Amino acid sequence: MINLSRWKVIAVVFAAIFGVVFTLPNMLPANVRDSLPGFMPKQTLNLGLDLQGGSHLLLEVDTAALKQEKLSNLLEDVRTQLREANIPFAELRLVNDQVSVLINDPAQANTAVNKLRSTVAAATAGAPGGSGITVAAEGGGRIRLSLSQDAMNAEAGRAVDQSIEILRRRIDELGTKEPTIVRQGVNRIVVQAPGESDPQRLRDVIGQTAKLTFQMVDETVTPEDMAAGRVPPGSQVYPADDGFSQSYVLKKRALVTGEMLTDAQQQFDQQSGQPVVSFRFNGQGARRFADATSQNLGKRFAIVLDGKVISAPVIQSAITGGNGQISGSFTPQSANDLAILLRAGALPAPLKVEQQSTVGAELGADAVRAGIISLAIGGVAIIVFIILAYGLFGVFSAIALIVNVLLILGIMSLTQATLTFPGIAGLILTLAVAVDANVLIYERIRDEAHAGRSPISALEHGYSLALVSIMDANITSAISALIMFQFGSGPIRGFAWTLLIGVITSVFTAVVITQVLIGLWFRATRPKALPIV
Amino acid sequence: MWPLIRLLPREFHFNFVRLAPYAAIFSAILIALSGVSFFTKGLNLGIDFIGGSMIEVQTPGPVDIGALRQTMMRVGGEDAQVQQLGAPNGAMLRFRTAEGVDPVEGAQRIKNELSKTFPGITFKKVEVVGPKVSGELMTSGFLALGVAVFLMLLYIWFRFQLQFGLGAVVGVFHDVLLTLGMLSLTHLEFSVTSIAALLTVIGYSMNEKVITFDRLRENLRKYKTAPLADIINKSENERLSRTLITGTTAILALSGAVFFGGPVLFPLVITMVFGVVVGTYSSIYVALPIILLWGVKRGDEPAEPLKPMAAR
Repeated sequence: MINLSRWKVIAVVFAAIFGVVFTLPNMLPANVRDSLPGFMPKQTLNLGLDLQGGSHLLLEVDTAALKQEKLSNLLEDVRTQLREANIPFAELRLVNDQVSVLINDPAQANTAVNKLRSTVAAATAGAPGGSGITVAAEGGGRIRLSLSQDAMNAEAGRAVDQSIEILRRRIDELGTKEPTIVRQGVNRIVVQAPGESDPQRLRDVIGQTAKLTFQMVDETVTPEDMAAGRVPPGSQVYPADDGFSQSYVLKKRALVTGEMLTDAQQQFDQQSGQPVVSFRFNGQGARRFADATSQNLGKRFAIVLDGKVISAPVIQSAITGGNGQISGSFTPQSANDLAILLRAGALPAPLKVEQQSTVGAELGADAVRAGIISLAIGGVAIIVFIILAYGLFGVFSAIALIVNVLLILGIMSLTQATLTFPGIAGLILTLAVAVDANVLIYERIRDEAHAGRSPISALEHGYSLALVSIMDANITSAISALIMFQFGSGPIRGFAWTLLIGVITSVFTAVVITQVLIGLWFRATRPKALPIV
Repeated sequence: MWPLIRLLPREFHFNFVRLAPYAAIFSAILIALSGVSFFTKGLNLGIDFIGGSMIEVQTPGPVDIGALRQTMMRVGGEDAQVQQLGAPNGAMLRFRTAEGVDPVEGAQRIKNELSKTFPGITFKKVEVVGPKVSGELMTSGFLALGVAVFLMLLYIWFRFQLQFGLGAVVGVFHDVLLTLGMLSLTHLEFSVTSIAALLTVIGYSMNEKVITFDRLRENLRKYKTAPLADIINKSENERLSRTLITGTTAILALSGAVFFGGPVLFPLVITMVFGVVVGTYSSIYVALPIILLWGVKRGDEPAEPLKPMAAR
C-alpha cells in the first residue's frame, strides 16, 4: 500500500480525466458543445428509442414469395424456350415447388432437356454455385426443373442485402434523420428512425414492394370469359385500382419493368391539373417501349404496381422519347411517394412488418426525467449511506463511485452504445454492486485488524484477500450480462451492455481508485489505527 | 460514534444452522404458493411474448375509460383491455387483431378510429408484435435464463467443488421460482424486460453465493477438523456485516427507481429488489444447507482448485 506503483496512480488520474472529458458533452447545451475546440469529444450518449422517441420496425423478407416468383419466372422461361425450339408440349405447371412439363413427342424429350439446360438453367449462371437449376428427364417425355436450396438461400441473402440498400434510399428521400437499417438474423431487417417522424408514412414507404411493370391488355378475352375464369395461358386476371374497372386481363409478359426507369418525379398534368408521376426510361427501356407502342397502336396497355393495375391507357401514338407519365387517382403526396419508390427501385421480395414500436418524443422525455431522478436518488442514497457507515473510507468509496459513473457514461458516449430505459436500472444496480466490492474490502480489512494485524498489514491483506471474491462475483455478473447480450434484443441489449461496461469499470474503480486514495492518505498521515476498525 | 460501522459488534454469534430446518419449511411453503399462483393465475404475459398490440393514449380532458372500451369493442379489437395509466388523462389499450388480419394494419385501423371518435387524442406509444416474433422472444428469453444458469454452474464447479455449484444452482432456482411466483401473484406484466430483470436477479444471487462460498472455503482450509456446521456458522457470522451493508446499499440504490421510475421501470426494479432479498436469503438458507447435507471433501483437499489471483 505504501509503495503505490506509479502505473496505478497514473491509471487512476487518466481514468478520472477520461470520464470527465467524455461525459462532459452530455452536460453541455448543444450550442456550447458545438463551439468546443476540435480536439474535444462532442459525442453524447446514444439514447435508445424509448428515451428519445422514434419508430422501430422489424421486417421480414418474404422468402416464400421470392421462391414462388422465381418458380413462376422459370415456368415462363420454359414456355418461351420450348416454343422457340418448336417443341410441342403440354401440362406445363408447378408441382411441389418444381416446374413440370410433358413433351408431346417423347422422342424430342432429349432435345428439350438439352435446350433447357443450355438456356434456362444457364441463364443465371455466374451466380455462386451455378444457376442452382437442375433439369431432369423422367421418361415418357416428362421433364422436371427444380431449384436447389443453396441457390434459394443465396438468392434470399442477396434479396435481404438489396432490400436494405433500397430501404436506405427510400428512407433517405423521406428526410428522416439518422435512420439505422441493419440486418438481423437470416432474413430480417431492423429499421430504426429516431425523432418525431410519421410512423405511418415510414411504414407506407417501407411496406410497398413498388414493382412496376407495363403489360399489354389481352383484348381477346370477353368480360364473360373473364368472369368465368377462362383466361388463355400466358394471360392473367389482375385487380385494378384505376377507378374504371374492377379488374383486367393482361398478358403476363412485361413489356418494360421498373428497373428500366432512370427517373421519376411528381408533377401536375398540364391539361387536367391532376397530380401525376412522370418518368424516364433508360436506353433499353425506351427502345422496348417505343417498339411496343408502335406495334400496338390503338390497343390498351396497363401500368401495374405490385400486382394492381393503376392505369390502363390506350396507345394513341408511338412513344419514342422514353418519357411518359402515370396518371391515376393520386393525391400530391401519394404521387410523390410513388415517385420516391420508383426512383429507389423495387424491393426484390415483399417485406412483412413483424414488429413495430413507436414512442412519442414526449414519452421519451418523461422517461429521461424519471431515469435521471431515479439515478440521482439512488446515487445520493448510496453515497450518504456509505459515508455514514465507513466515514473517511466511505468518502473514498464515494469518490470511486462518482468516477465510476463518469467512466460508464464516458465509455457509452465514446462507443455510442445505446442507453435504454431499462439500461438506467442496470446502471443503478451496477453502482450497488460496485459498492459491494468496497464493502468486501473494508470488512476484510476490519477482520484482519481485529485479528491483530497492524494497520498497514490489515490494509494489504484486506485488499489481496477480498480481490478473489470480487473477481469471482464479477465474473458471474459478466456471464449473465454476456448471455443477455447474446440472446436479447433492442432494449435488453442496451441493458446488458450497460451492465457489462459497469462490471469492468466497477472492478477498476472500487479496487484501484480506493487503493490509491487510501495509500495516499496513509502516506500523508501515518495513522496508528484505521478509522473503520 | 461515526462511522457507524463501529456500532456493529466485532463478532456475531448467531446460530444460522439451527434455523435451517425451519427455513427449509418456510422456503417449501413459499415455493408451493408460487407454484399454485403460477399455475392458477399464471403470468401476466406482455404483448412481446403473446403477440398483439398496445397503445398508450392521452386525451385532452380526463380519460373516459367506458367510452374507450366501447369504441374498442366496436372496432373489433379482440379481447381488448382498457386501463387507466399514469395521469388522469392517460390510458393504455391492449388488444389483439383477428386471425388473418395483418396486426400492423389492424392497429392502424384502430388508431384511425380512435382519432375520429376522440378528437385531440394523442398516441404516446404504439407497439405491435406479430405472432412469429413473440414466439421467438419467448423461446430465446427462457433459453437465455437456462444458458445463464448452466454457465454459472460450470464456473462455480471450476472454481469450487461440484456440490458448491449444485448448491448455488438450487439456490438460484429457488430465487427464480419465488420471483416468478411474486410476479404472478402481483400480476405485474411479464415482458422481455422481466427476463432481463430475472437475469440480473440470477447474477446478483450467484454473486451472493460466490461470496458466501469464498469465505466458507477459506475457513474449511483454516479449520480442517471442526464440524462443517460450525464452520458454516462461523463463516456466516464473519460475513454478516458485509451482507447487511451490501443488501441495504442495493435496496437504497434501487429505491429511487421504485418510487420515481414510472410504470415502465417499476416492474423491472421491484423484481430486482425482490431478487436482492431472496438472493441473500437463499445464499444462507438454500445453498449452504445443501452443502451441509451433502458434505464437502476435506483434508488435503485434492478437489480444490488452487487459490489463484490473490496470491501475489
